[in-house]
Amino acid sequence: MTEQHANQATTPATARDINPDALQVILATDCGSTTTKAILIEKVDGVYRQTYRGEAPTTVEEPAADVTIGVINAATEVGELAGRRLVDEHGLLMRPARGRDGCDIYISTSSAGGGLQMLVGGVVKEMTGASAQRAALGAGAIVMDVLAANDRRKPHEQIQRIRDLRPDMMLLAGGTDGGTTRHVVQLAELVAPARPQPRFGGQYRMPVIYAGNKDAAGMVADVLDAVCDLSTVPNLRPTLEQENLAPARDRIHDLFLEHVMAHAPGYDKLIAWADAPIMPTPGAVGDILRTIAERQQLNVVGVDIGGATTDMFSVFDGAFNRTVSANLGMSYSISNVCAEATLPQILRWVPYDCDERTLRNRVKNKMIRPTTIPQTLEALIFEQAVSREALRLAYVQHREFAVGLSGVQQQRSVGDAFRQEVGGKSLVDNMRLNLLVASGGVLSHAPRMVQTAMMLIDAFEPEGITRLAKDSIFMMPHLGVLAQVHPRAAMEVFERDCLVYLGTCIAPKGTAKAGQPLCRYRLTGGLTAQGQLIAGDLLRLPLADQSACEVTLEPFAGFDVGAGPGKPLTAPVHGGTVGVILDGRGRPLQLPHDRALGQTIVANWNRAVEMYPE
Amino acid sequence: MTQAYTPGLLVTPCLWWRCRRVLPVTGRVLVRLHQQVTAEEVVAETETPGDAIPVNLSRTLGVAPGRVASTLLVNVGDAVEAGQVIAQSEGLFGWFPKEYHSPITGMLESVSAITGQMIIRGTPRKVQVRAYLAGEVTEVLPDEGVTIEAHAAVLQGIFGIGGEAYGRIQFVCATPEEDLTADHLRPEHRGAIIIGGRRITRTAVDRARELGISALIAGGIDDQDLREILGYDLGVAVTGLEKLGLSVIITEGFGDIAMARRTFDLLRSLQGQPAAVNGTTQIRAGVLRPEIIVPVVATTAAHASREGISGLLDVGAPVRVIREPYFGELGEVTGLPSEPQWLASESKARVVAVRLNRGETVTVPRANVELMEGVAT
Repeated sequence: MTEQHANQATTPATARDINPDALQVILATDCGSTTTKAILIEKVDGVYRQTYRGEAPTTVEEPAADVTIGVINAATEVGELAGRRLVDEHGLLMRPARGRDGCDIYISTSSAGGGLQMLVGGVVKEMTGASAQRAALGAGAIVMDVLAANDRRKPHEQIQRIRDLRPDMMLLAGGTDGGTTRHVVQLAELVAPARPQPRFGGQYRMPVIYAGNKDAAGMVADVLDAVCDLSTVPNLRPTLEQENLAPARDRIHDLFLEHVMAHAPGYDKLIAWADAPIMPTPGAVGDILRTIAERQQLNVVGVDIGGATTDMFSVFDGAFNRTVSANLGMSYSISNVCAEATLPQILRWVPYDCDERTLRNRVKNKMIRPTTIPQTLEALIFEQAVSREALRLAYVQHREFAVGLSGVQQQRSVGDAFRQEVGGKSLVDNMRLNLLVASGGVLSHAPRMVQTAMMLIDAFEPEGITRLAKDSIFMMPHLGVLAQVHPRAAMEVFERDCLVYLGTCIAPKGTAKAGQPLCRYRLTGGLTAQGQLIAGDLLRLPLADQSACEVTLEPFAGFDVGAGPGKPLTAPVHGGTVGVILDGRGRPLQLPHDRALGQTIVANWNRAVEMYPE
Repeated sequence: MTQAYTPGLLVTPCLWWRCRRVLPVTGRVLVRLHQQVTAEEVVAETETPGDAIPVNLSRTLGVAPGRVASTLLVNVGDAVEAGQVIAQSEGLFGWFPKEYHSPITGMLESVSAITGQMIIRGTPRKVQVRAYLAGEVTEVLPDEGVTIEAHAAVLQGIFGIGGEAYGRIQFVCATPEEDLTADHLRPEHRGAIIIGGRRITRTAVDRARELGISALIAGGIDDQDLREILGYDLGVAVTGLEKLGLSVIITEGFGDIAMARRTFDLLRSLQGQPAAVNGTTQIRAGVLRPEIIVPVVATTAAHASREGISGLLDVGAPVRVIREPYFGELGEVTGLPSEPQWLASESKARVVAVRLNRGETVTVPRANVELMEGVAT
């Protein structure tokens, strides 16, 4: 065995020293539930660029049952495309890069096997419960349930719930430091008799993180030590007006590596191979979006819609929030989208007649055979209609969650904390949203870019001026983990290769009767146009990627384009593959209840922006 | 020639089938290595802890948490009966003492001096694991369970509800195109596994429940009927815990879709045989499909191993189209163009040419076909 191989097999990821300046070739993988995606990042003319990508089926299931096989297959494919040998004759990644062989570092994210699943608890659901949920979500977990003293379930129901669920780990919070200890100990006393069992294997004890009142830590340990693998971190809510999520989040990451990943097939090898700690995929996406928002001083919303779940991220005024809608997705969960949204809501986006019985059966057939793709135009239109509702529901959930205290160590007043108790105002404000980023199959693989843009606009209803983009090949997870090792490389690739800009949506806020003028517009520079935007209008104007123009908007009374009701606004507008979309359909967006009229209107909108072939 | 990997459902008349049967928590294995077992025989059993009932005794009796222990009339670890007085407060100067009666039969598990809360644990629940596959015990996992092996006809369905069920295979439809309706079901079908043709109707499921039929199997079911049977709209395909009194398995999909002829013929060849079925379906990572297992005597002519099934899509392979506009149609692969092609939806995808059984040759995305796996009858 060569020295290189020995190193691969034994050295833990965190122990290696990486000199960022010496990195020329970086291999990154994202091990998803079904596909392992590999990208190659190379230094070209002094800047880092994403150069090649490859993919292979993920191999965590039988008969392979070793995630590294999928990684090697994906790396082999990317190597073949790049003309670079990344895997040696022993089936190991070659490091460091020498000439046309090998890479300098290998990094990875993972969501295989259903990702990281957590159960969290707090004393008051809206306060410590919400903070614990934020810590878990921010670390990239799916939160299976939030237990709290005030969650309206009886104690024996809560115990039964803990028994029924088999999370990967639990996070318990509750109480401020120096405050009463009784309630949080009571919470621990519900966990102990449930004797929670971890999801993977019965050979190790359930990891439980305690991040509550520090004065209760000893008492909680007395209750839980016998039944769980308890670790204590600083209180995530040390005072009412302070949230300190970082220690809990770091501990979640550590336990994710030590317990969850270490018990998944082949992950012991993968952990040893990687030159940086493996991150849960959504955690990595959140990190890169947060970095971008901070650097460019933007308010950003990002979405990743998958087959089973939809992840939503937002950064507003530096406050980061993530939610995952566990049963909103386009294949495994498509039936649940139809159940939650209802079929009439979905059909309002479909400009043709359909038989409900046939549609319901089609939806179920997609659920039981999730890998199929739409062959006909009608099937595509229906799937894109479902996606609008899945995105809309996920966004509603996100906006409801993204309230009050957010981010690490953020100071707020006591008054703010009390406002949060009564379900405070969402931090997510569509009028102040600068950039909306899309990723996930139905958005990324739409045959026409304008379809992606319109799915975003119809579901999110951005107000004022909002730039739209999509993650070109879903490389945000890779860049999120790269940012841990080499932030500059991650930023360079993000800015040059990651996002495909679709264009900009301009949408006055307010509602009007059809035919009523909403605002005057004048575009100058890279695009010259002017006129009145009329209620119900949808206009698409060409403005290429890398091009920009200036828009002056003069809204009529009752309409707002970002400067306040009736106030004019002049702002830069960026182009993209779709261009500029002037959306005069009003906010909130309302479609007629009459099915025939709705079909006519939607068909007209589709025609106006050239959504589908005639 | 280009090939592609397209997994399908297993439909095979004879396979060396291996079945691992383990307890959810450790317990006792009741059978020996190499012992022959029947499908319904209990091979392992254990007890899981009973329900935990938390009671805030401090609040109930009006005493400080630290004094709760002094109110107890039983010790931690003692057995308690439902209705038994297990705690009593001193009351005011000995007057009006408050009593607490145990709400369940079980054991006093713990008492907290910090919160004043006690936990009463209900009586343990017995958990038994049946053999499921009639055959030989080939491995004993001490305290956990066993592995059983046997030759069996194995058929996977596409979707099911309800868990494990046992009975003899009983045909009620003459052709795969005939719907399985309530009229087909009679009292003598009690305990049987009923095989239909095309669609299982809601009234058939109602009638089967009345008659005590073990399972219904046919090509399809209407989603609307499924919703009425379950009482809710199924959001994700994770099933098996429904308490319907029977299992329902569909082999093809939702809607009016006839059972594939080879599936129908294989099941018909097993008429009267004892079988085990499991409607449990999980379409997520680690996919589980419902199954029908019928132990058979091995024949060299129709024998395959699980490993021998390649999942390789090649010219000549029998396939089923699993998406509109040809949903449910069966055919044979006639070509596998290597270059992606444009679809009517304007997507570009790798495709497969299929000559449908009705004669027409069509082009469909590779993602939209399913290999008819297993050995033909």
